[in-house]
Amino acid sequence: MTEVLFYVFSAVLLFAGLMVITAKNPVHAALYLVLSFFTGAMLWMLMQAEFLAVSLVVVYVGAVMVLFLFVVMMLDINFEELRKGFWKFVPLATVVAAIMAVEMVLILTHPAAQLKGVTLMERAPEYNNVRDLGVQIYTTYFLPFQLAAFVLLVGMIAAIALTLRKRKNTKFQKPGEQVKVKRNDRLRIVKVDSEPKPTFEAPKPAAEGQGEGAKGE
Amino acid sequence: MVTLEHYLVLAAILFAISVFGIFMNRKNLIVLLMAIELMLLAVNMNFIAFSQFLGDSAGQIFVFFILTVAAAESAIGLAILVVLFRNLRSINVEDLDHLKG
Repeated sequence: MTEVLFYVFSAVLLFAGLMVITAKNPVHAALYLVLSFFTGAMLWMLMQAEFLAVSLVVVYVGAVMVLFLFVVMMLDINFEELRKGFWKFVPLATVVAAIMAVEMVLILTHPAAQLKGVTLMERAPEYNNVRDLGVQIYTTYFLPFQLAAFVLLVGMIAAIALTLRKRKNTKFQKPGEQVKVKRNDRLRIVKVDSEPKPTFEAPKPAAEGQGEGAKGE
Repeated sequence: MVTLEHYLVLAAILFAISVFGIFMNRKNLIVLLMAIELMLLAVNMNFIAFSQFLGDSAGQIFVFFILTVAAAESAIGLAILVVLFRNLRSINVEDLDHLKG
């Protein structure tokens, strides 16, 4: 039963991997990458590594792939241009990939590697993968764990700082400047000539003076 | 019975497929990043296989850290890609020759 599952999952994984790199539309490539990560998680589950299988689904399928999809769909990229000459490098790529695969398989199946017939470790019934990893992370690997958190923080800051841009015509308030304001920045006291007393002798110059005073303000 | 070799060969083939993908999609930066993620999946599968078949959970801790670093890497990589696209209107690797003398 486990063997059947293994072969089915492997076939799906390899097919999805091939589709990721050959898909015409990068959105399809991203969706096939989701499939391959999910199948990979299932294979890890077959190896009884539950915690990492679940975290692969959460971290990759849930977060990283959504990021990929966002970027692919947000940018207006001319993918036809990028597809030009796609099949030109097939012979070289096939040769290199085949040589790498054959070399690795030869080494792995070589008797000197002593990997023949190693089967899954029998664990005690009360063995708990999540507890085991948790204990190790919070004791032996506590400093690396904290550093990993720091790496994520730095990654977040870098991603935000890279993509942040100031728009030219946005209007926004500066609370600091608003709080710092003094009375003299807002209020200007203007001396206004008081209305000259009406005189019976010379009504005309008084009217002129008033006009000048109003202009002066 | 599924043995350690099965998983290692599977991971090796997956790794070779991603190398193939990097050769084929040498223009498209997004698919290059995806191929790198596939490579990391293959490597992680090796780590977990060795760890579970030989009974040493240190390998799984390593995978945990690799996942962390890979998540940060792809976030920054995609941010760089977005900035690149804003400036060049293209993600073609061949257009990235500004440092060429």
